[in-house]
Amino acid sequence: MPWLIPRGLAAALALLLFLSAPARAQEYEALLPGLAGGFAQQAETVERLGLLGDPRAIPLLQAMADARLLRLADGSLAPQQGATPPEGATLIRINNRVRGALRGALGRLQLVSPDPAERSRAAEGILRNRSAADIPLIEAALAREAQPPIRARLELALGGARLASEDVAVRREGIAALGASASPEARGQLLAARAANAELLPDIEAAIAAIDRRLQLRRAAETVFQGLSLGSVLLLAALGLAITFGVMGVINMAHGEFVMLGAYTTVVVQELCRGIPELAPWSLPLAVPAAFLVTAAIGAAMERGLIRHLYGRPLETLLLTFGVGMILQQVVRLAFGAQNREVISPDWMMGTLLLPGGVAVTQNRLWIILFALAVLLACFAAIRLTRFGLEMRAVVQNRRIAATMGIRTGRVDAMTFAFGSGLAGLAGVALSQIDNVSPNLGTGYIIDSFMVVVFGGVGSLMGTLIGAFSLGLLNKVLEPYAGVVLAKVAVLVGIMLFIQRRPKGLFALKGRAADQ
Amino acid sequence: MREPSHSVTRRGLLAAPLAAGLTAPLAAPALGQQAPIRVGVLHSLSGTMAISETALRDTVLMMVEAQNAQGGLLGRRLEAVVVDPASNWPLFAEKARELLQLSRVDVTFGCWTSVSRKSVLPVFEELNGLLFYPVQYEGEEESRNIFYTGAAPNQQAIPAVEYLLGADGGEAKRIALLGTDYVYPRTTNRILRGFLNSKGIADADILEEYTPFGHSDWQGIVARVKRFAGEGKKTAIVSTINGDANVPFYRELGNQGIRAEDIPCVAFSVGEEELAGIDTRPLVGHLAAWNYFMSVQSPANTEFLTMWRNYIRNPRRVTNDPMEATLIGFKMWAQAVTAARGTGVDAVREALYGQKVAAPSGYEVEMHRNHHLSKPVMIGEIRADGQFDIVSRTPTAIVAENWSPFIPENANRRR
Repeated sequence: MPWLIPRGLAAALALLLFLSAPARAQEYEALLPGLAGGFAQQAETVERLGLLGDPRAIPLLQAMADARLLRLADGSLAPQQGATPPEGATLIRINNRVRGALRGALGRLQLVSPDPAERSRAAEGILRNRSAADIPLIEAALAREAQPPIRARLELALGGARLASEDVAVRREGIAALGASASPEARGQLLAARAANAELLPDIEAAIAAIDRRLQLRRAAETVFQGLSLGSVLLLAALGLAITFGVMGVINMAHGEFVMLGAYTTVVVQELCRGIPELAPWSLPLAVPAAFLVTAAIGAAMERGLIRHLYGRPLETLLLTFGVGMILQQVVRLAFGAQNREVISPDWMMGTLLLPGGVAVTQNRLWIILFALAVLLACFAAIRLTRFGLEMRAVVQNRRIAATMGIRTGRVDAMTFAFGSGLAGLAGVALSQIDNVSPNLGTGYIIDSFMVVVFGGVGSLMGTLIGAFSLGLLNKVLEPYAGVVLAKVAVLVGIMLFIQRRPKGLFALKGRAADQ
Repeated sequence: MREPSHSVTRRGLLAAPLAAGLTAPLAAPALGQQAPIRVGVLHSLSGTMAISETALRDTVLMMVEAQNAQGGLLGRRLEAVVVDPASNWPLFAEKARELLQLSRVDVTFGCWTSVSRKSVLPVFEELNGLLFYPVQYEGEEESRNIFYTGAAPNQQAIPAVEYLLGADGGEAKRIALLGTDYVYPRTTNRILRGFLNSKGIADADILEEYTPFGHSDWQGIVARVKRFAGEGKKTAIVSTINGDANVPFYRELGNQGIRAEDIPCVAFSVGEEELAGIDTRPLVGHLAAWNYFMSVQSPANTEFLTMWRNYIRNPRRVTNDPMEATLIGFKMWAQAVTAARGTGVDAVREALYGQKVAAPSGYEVEMHRNHHLSKPVMIGEIRADGQFDIVSRTPTAIVAENWSPFIPENANRRR
């Protein structure tokens, strides 16, 4: 690893070089065996290596953090190269305590690294340290840091380090710096510092209050995001049902199983793509059309083979589709096993995205919200703008007149059912990213889907949209007060009362078509 | 002799009806003379718990096959009777009755969730059956018809929390207790609250949250834990989340960037089998407490692993703690039947007390008169490959306290 000593770092170097070079080299050698000791000794050694500032430690510590550091047969330490360790070598095991110490030490050592990713990690590591000894080091790093996110972290770290200082004036500066941020970590540090700083208590309280004011808005935004996220999941799960149940009136209890089949299609596409390195990152986008086609085909077969014989007999349809659902579940269990299947999330769907204002949103949820809206738009377009949509609406409004106009109503029925099933498959692709891919996946969503469709108004896509998002938001607003279980109960009770008042849901269809 | 090689799960589904046919040809012809000893298997093979319980069914069938290969017991062949209670708690009781009255089994291995055990308990007591229960649980129970081969709270939950409070575990000062909403998490958390209070952790520093089975939207709860942790005191999570809700829970932990060094999460119902469906790279360092990990180095464990992989014909399948507990229970039962020279429940019960087995955990475990085992406690950190690094283990096996001293009502009990 290249270790460049950038110019203009006098302050940091003064700290690093206050030991003479040969003495430092000696101490470095003497410390190394401690890395292979017990957890307590490891942690202490790592800390001292961080303070020592010898750049030779970086590759070793990094390897240790990645669980790649080997103790070779001759007792020396080296990072593992290749997939298998050489003969006689043992892997050095660490625990959380050592892992924390490693982050802090690497933070100290890499603050002036040329690689921004390393500096960013280093800034986070040093944020954990909160040691007054780091003040000059952080100041030097701040002086040359140009990237705002890293600067923000360094400033927090500087505030934390100052808070640990002996000097009251420096501590007061630290409190002011932390109070100027909107960071939960800063708030935590201030709260923790209360006990040791009785004389600065008013400053601390004021700083905490300032942070709380900034955090309040952010928390509200995060709750809204969580509500939208739950809403988007409900929307995706319910959209297919809004077509098959809402438009066609088929009580399809196998709807959940179509969702599950969509998720399994994602698994299969991913397995197929694994063999081809160029395709691997695109497996999820590729799974979208695949899942739609697979579930649509099964839906069409089910409609032609079974359901069409039972139109107008809702009870029998319910029992039939319930049975089909069980068969599909068992078939999947036979083919793929009762175990959950692992779905790899692509890198762009992992982790947290920091929006302006510091609102943290998880990437996978954000993508699912966007995906749900895209599917909804596509759905609207298909119904409003295509020939198929026109025929579908015609058949729903008046089957006999549509037939006299030359529309093959049987074919339209099959296509409509296939369309709704395909939408369920799309939901499966999204759910594979946030829920378990198991044969039972669908059972958890069937009730929620019916709830959304009935609440929103049977037969209205707009109702499904508004219903899904309002239920999601309501749930997430209630959750912090009532807990997960009670919040859900409260929402269900609310829906029951609402349906009593408005049996047709939020967006009731009007006119003659609604009466049939 | 055995059906041709095929996928594990197909074996799973076929094994139930085939069980009798499978074991019959394996026994020596001379054994066919006497009536076989019947071994009931009462594990869910469908529904939510199938994920965990299917492997236990396979473990029992493996042990039956191995015992028959050695000539059976008392010169009699063993015959497994497999039923599927389908993760349906009342159905457990019906199936238990069916096993005892219709199939006339001599012993039963079964149940995973505490609610299923509570459902079958009256049946086993009424008909004087014998049940081996292989999963860690909340204690507060002792039936003369059940032998508990999993951990009691003092063999898992309490040592794990003690570890979190200690220097190696990060000296936690606040604890978030997250669990699935049923008897096991609620009782365990009640015990843990008593324990934490005794360690000077006030109720204000304990957060308790419950979610339904199969919960998948963890954003709110994980965000709340983050906020709870951000108040200036080192925080740890204690998870009694059961079943497949763990997968989205851990995914959310990873996505919200909760690292084990900052907020470690110790789980009591997550083992190698549950981690098989998760990308464990973001979870490195989070913990689990058990009495056995697959990564244990011991001759008995090597033997167990070889036996399991040969039986299941898949070199990638993992073992876990409840499977080990099933194996221990089976071996102890076989030893007790030999000692008692018969399969009568009362004689076998007496013979079971004091039975010892060299367990795959590398320790010798013993059945005590309180129907619980002495077991070692191990704490493991999740590795990137889905296995555990054992970071702490007790020097000896610990005797079970199934009546917890941290529940006030137990103060007057003699034990």
